[in-house]
Amino acid sequence: MGLRNIIGKRLGLGLVRRRKPFSTATCDGDGNGNGNAKSINLYSAINQALHIALETDNRAFVFGEDVSFGGVFRCTTGLSDRFGKARVFNTPLCEQGIVGFGIGLAAMGNRAIAEIQFADYIYPAFDQIVNEAAKFRYRSGNQFNCGVSNKFPGLTIRAPYGAVGHGGHYHSQSPEAFFCHVPGIKVVIPRSPRQAKGLLLSCIRDPNPVVFFEPKWLYRLAVEEVPEHDYMLPLSEAEVIRQGSDITLVGWGAQLSVMEQACNEAEKDGISCELIDLKTLLPWDKETVEASVRKTGRVLISHEAPVTGGFGAEISASIVERCFLRLEAPVARVCGLDTPFPLVFEPFYMPTKNKILDAIKATVNY
Amino acid sequence: MILGRAFEDMCAQMYYRGKMFGFVHLYNGQEAVSTGFIKLLKQQDSVVSTYRDHVHALSKGVPARAVMSELFGKTTGCCRGQGGSMHMFSREHNLLGGFAFIGEGIPVATGAAFTSKYKREVLKEADCDHVTLAFFGDGTCNNGQFFECLNMAALWKLPIVFVVENNLWAIGMSHLRATSDPQIYKKGPAFGMPGIHVDGMDVLKVREVAKDAIGRARRGEGPTLVECETYRFRGHSLADPDELRDPAEKAHYAARDPITALKKYLIENSLASEADLKAIDKKIDEVVEDAVEFADESPVPSQSQLLENVFADPKGFGIGPDGRYRCEDPKFTEGTAHV
Repeated sequence: MGLRNIIGKRLGLGLVRRRKPFSTATCDGDGNGNGNAKSINLYSAINQALHIALETDNRAFVFGEDVSFGGVFRCTTGLSDRFGKARVFNTPLCEQGIVGFGIGLAAMGNRAIAEIQFADYIYPAFDQIVNEAAKFRYRSGNQFNCGVSNKFPGLTIRAPYGAVGHGGHYHSQSPEAFFCHVPGIKVVIPRSPRQAKGLLLSCIRDPNPVVFFEPKWLYRLAVEEVPEHDYMLPLSEAEVIRQGSDITLVGWGAQLSVMEQACNEAEKDGISCELIDLKTLLPWDKETVEASVRKTGRVLISHEAPVTGGFGAEISASIVERCFLRLEAPVARVCGLDTPFPLVFEPFYMPTKNKILDAIKATVNY
Repeated sequence: MILGRAFEDMCAQMYYRGKMFGFVHLYNGQEAVSTGFIKLLKQQDSVVSTYRDHVHALSKGVPARAVMSELFGKTTGCCRGQGGSMHMFSREHNLLGGFAFIGEGIPVATGAAFTSKYKREVLKEADCDHVTLAFFGDGTCNNGQFFECLNMAALWKLPIVFVVENNLWAIGMSHLRATSDPQIYKKGPAFGMPGIHVDGMDVLKVREVAKDAIGRARRGEGPTLVECETYRFRGHSLADPDELRDPAEKAHYAARDPITALKKYLIENSLASEADLKAIDKKIDEVVEDAVEFADESPVPSQSQLLENVFADPKGFGIGPDGRYRCEDPKFTEGTAHV
């Protein structure tokens, strides 16, 4: 956990359409306090991270559909002009091919950064990720892997995930749960621009295959002060972004801002909520969550993905295993419903602030 | 074709007015392909499309009202409002959908074609000569599913026509820079089926080629791959600012607008007069206006519809801790049924 020196910073918004303003409750120390931070949004932070990654390693490549003009979310703007088409290039429309090709690049010692245009389209590549990327090191006895130890290259797959208000069935899915079931890969989800830049650089430099999901709703909406220099944030460390004593809330990505709003409302009713950002879902930081639950005795998990089999189930099971006698109430999960991600019904499907607030109250008053 | 164009223009207007939402992909410029092919089909023939499917639905006979309501997300839409722009389905007209994901529809079309062959040969329904058309774009031709299906269709001689709407662009990726051999029709013979290239901006030429291909399939001679060279006048979707394409290229294809070309042909060959054509335009405008009004006045789906159609039996969500079916528990839709 980093230093907590500024709390409750309100963020500016680009467009105010369907989301309310949110704050990150902390501005934690990323190591070096050398000044220069600019207020930028999520896609710009990711763009900066990619620029730095390509600058600092000449065997890094960025590829995917439409990345060369900047990508449909502008995350790869300027890369192809600056580093050339040999390092930043478009691929044809074949996700399975893109990821498999990335595995090959990584196995030969390069840093492959593959972009899957929407997380909903990652399924053709699922086979390559699960059966190849995750098992490469294991089954070759560390001879080949998606990360050779002397140079630390590796495979990073970036994909925008999550609801965006109007995405419908195939532009809003949250597939993190499928990947969290695969030993051999890492799954990382940032909540804000500053986190995204640091985490993405850590993922790119991690010698294991990593799937990095970016909350697409926040690409333009989330604006934060992000240091301009090269910095990395540690993986597999959860962060307590709000201290509390009555109930622990666990989440990741865009859902944290909704949970934050629910926490603020609950505070008016005298309920003190502790909010934890997992940041890395696989392998996840059980110790931090457990320590928090030991303090509060209650836990609520929230994510956009459907509740059955979502990652909340894993967290719930682990916490019950470790903190059974300390729990004062059942573990609550406020998640998406067990339906395909709907188009018109999106507001009913989503785990909204009110649903979370109701669950907080029910859990505290159990 | 006029209905397609007028409808799509109205979609754009409605989108910018906030009446419809989501990702909407318009078909302006490609109408000749849809009309040229689909108008030759019978009701029992199937069509599988992509996310750019409004005009395929209209050509196949789905009423403009149903399509517009679906776009607005109302219960009177062809999919009860559950599908949206990219997922137009119609059992009555055998439209097996709009697919948001490229290439996903092609295996589905292959399965549908197999059914019709099976009915004819195994179930001995001798008059079952239903054909399936699969529409997809140039970007999809680099996807594994496309090749897998070409192989299966040729192997089993299925009554299917693979129609490539090559509009040269896959969002921002030029077909020429993404494909090793950009002449897609050549991929047909590699799998053992004829590959034909046609000017997709000329509806009469498309119709000629379509007649041959569909005829082949009906007679049981197997699949055909048809590449239609066409162009989309608008961006990939309504969210696409369309800044990347060369204005000269756009102008070149705008000059070959299929609707203007056909109008000119009709007038030059005295098959119709200006007045007739204007009357058609007016009639179509009325149809589209009526569709918008109908969609506007239609009811929005109720919250209970959210849990319907996930499984065949809505009770498929099982029984909750209180002994009742989960789908009947109002808390289930709140996502907090376990608390």
